[in-house]
Amino acid sequence: MGAFLTALFTGLRLGSVYALVALGYTMVYGIIKLINFAHGDFIMVGAYALFFTVPVLRAAGAPAWLAVIAAVLVCAAVGMVTELAAYRPVRKTGTNMTALITAIAVSLILENLAQAIPAIGPNPRTVASIFAAGGISLAGATLSWATIITIAVSLVIMLILYSFTQKTRLGRAMRAVSEDKQAATLMGINVNSTILITFAIGAGLAGVAALMYVAQYPAATNVMGATLGLYAFVAAVLGGIGSIPGAMLGGFVIGLIYSFSSAYISSSLASTFVYLILIVVLLIKPAGILGKNVGEKV
Amino acid sequence: MKTRTAKKTGGYLLNAVLSAAVIAVSVMAPDFGATVKGVTIVWQLCYFIILSCSLNLVIGFLGQLSLGHCGFMAVGAYTAALISLAFQRAGFYTDKGGGAFLLVLVICIVAAGILAALVGVLVGIPALRMKGDYLAIITLGFGLIIVNIINNLPFCGMDGLSKGSAASALYANGLGFVAGQLITWLWLPVALTILSVIMMYMFVRSKYGRAITAIRDNEIAAAASGVNVSHFKVLTFVVGAFFAGIAGAIFSMCSSTLSTASFNFTSSSILNSTFIVVMVVIGGMGSLTGSSVAAVLLYLLNYTIKNGKWVSVLPVFLRQLFAYPMLVYSIVMVIVIIFRPHGIFGTYEFSLYNSLKRLFSKRRTAAAAKEVTDNE
Repeated sequence: MGAFLTALFTGLRLGSVYALVALGYTMVYGIIKLINFAHGDFIMVGAYALFFTVPVLRAAGAPAWLAVIAAVLVCAAVGMVTELAAYRPVRKTGTNMTALITAIAVSLILENLAQAIPAIGPNPRTVASIFAAGGISLAGATLSWATIITIAVSLVIMLILYSFTQKTRLGRAMRAVSEDKQAATLMGINVNSTILITFAIGAGLAGVAALMYVAQYPAATNVMGATLGLYAFVAAVLGGIGSIPGAMLGGFVIGLIYSFSSAYISSSLASTFVYLILIVVLLIKPAGILGKNVGEKV
Repeated sequence: MKTRTAKKTGGYLLNAVLSAAVIAVSVMAPDFGATVKGVTIVWQLCYFIILSCSLNLVIGFLGQLSLGHCGFMAVGAYTAALISLAFQRAGFYTDKGGGAFLLVLVICIVAAGILAALVGVLVGIPALRMKGDYLAIITLGFGLIIVNIINNLPFCGMDGLSKGSAASALYANGLGFVAGQLITWLWLPVALTILSVIMMYMFVRSKYGRAITAIRDNEIAAAASGVNVSHFKVLTFVVGAFFAGIAGAIFSMCSSTLSTASFNFTSSSILNSTFIVVMVVIGGMGSLTGSSVAAVLLYLLNYTIKNGKWVSVLPVFLRQLFAYPMLVYSIVMVIVIIFRPHGIFGTYEFSLYNSLKRLFSKRRTAAAAKEVTDNE
């Protein structure tokens, strides 16, 4: 029972981090139909932002989690810069495939740029602990405070984001752009700035995810975002890319699959199971669990 | 008045003579005082050229992004290594010389290609039902799964064939070449590369190739014109996987270790699925010439950045940048995509025969024109 509960808690916690990242993927994909490969690397940016700001806050006597504000701001800025410098010019001239290749290139740039910055360097950096240790003991397993906070924060963020896209003016503009760019332009929506804001929000979520991830694994490396980003992408596809509750659901499912397969089957095969799930889902229901089936226009 | 066939024969003849000359030079490499260091570069160039050309079949000609190309290479590399070891255990050959060993090498290379192609079928049939972004992700997933499975096979082992029944015998007994053997066997990868590139070129120029480019240009129109889209997609994917397998066989011959870490999606060296995509994109999507040139140039650039003296002459800022060459390549890639969305060569193919002919005919017309003016 203890082992089962431990795996369950780990899964839920990992899942809520994946879900936060998947929300970013889903928002960007929903609006410009681009898999932003660099999204995982935004988490890396956020983690380094935390690495630099947590000690400062500690020294000032403020609670460490306030560093998340800095992480969100830095991530949003980086997200907007990549959109302006790389994605927007390519969207004008290229095809879907060149946009995707640009996304891969941007991911490589971010990963290697982090190494090239002298203050960061190629070695892993340890981020100071953020949440207080301890938690609730439950039938031989410990449900730590950090886990509870992570799950709660991601659920709250999902609810806020969902009502934001459904109720606010800007959210409606985003949905309009994602459905039909030309018609949205005719309705007086500034498509480019809407896309820019979407990038900022998506990247900002990666900043929050960075806080949650670093609270569990307190090391920042320049490639930390690569695998994390891939799993989150799998989560987004599983739940139905473009759908906000879907990203959440997918995140939890992938987190649970990962933690249970590494606990009960083989830890070195856990990633294989995650990708197999992706492949099976794409083959059976390409639109994902909560996604809408969109017919192809001829 | 030359007929079309005569024109073609001239080109074929020129290319055949050139290829024969290149292979002859590589056979005589020991006589030219080739060094192991220099020869290793040629071996590595060979598999990079095959890899980037074969990936271009999928990306450039078929227009589908595949991100798991190194997975097929890994299949080829492990197949070739394990088969050669099996033959050695069976006592089929004892020394790395003779006809028996050559036969084993041929079997290994062909088997590497075929097994990679079979895996290509298995991956391709489900994967190619997807389009664009999804295909990219699904091939990426498959590439990682292939490497993960190889890692977990008891006879392959995680630490480069050193675990399990294959033991560490590859470079002592199997097809691994070391030091001087790399020089004497140099003709093999060179000949293989020439053969592979010719076969790929013939493939894209055949009626199959035309069907494939039709799919790239407009899938719906191609299907309406009677092209069996899914059949040709899988076919191209499998052909690409076949040649990636052959590149893998070359890799297993010339690398001093064989471990799955070499076939990842990204890694610190330049052998990874992403970097092959970089080569194809910079070279030109739809140009085998471009892929080969980009493979050679990027490899040499990377090599000289790591080993060359010229880097230390650069200003400090650039030197720091060059400490992470991947950063430079990816920035170049973004710039290339923004300004030349189809890569530097686009779909241009270099033909020595045609360019020579153009050169001479230009001279002749110039001379003729001069004669006319002189006569006047």
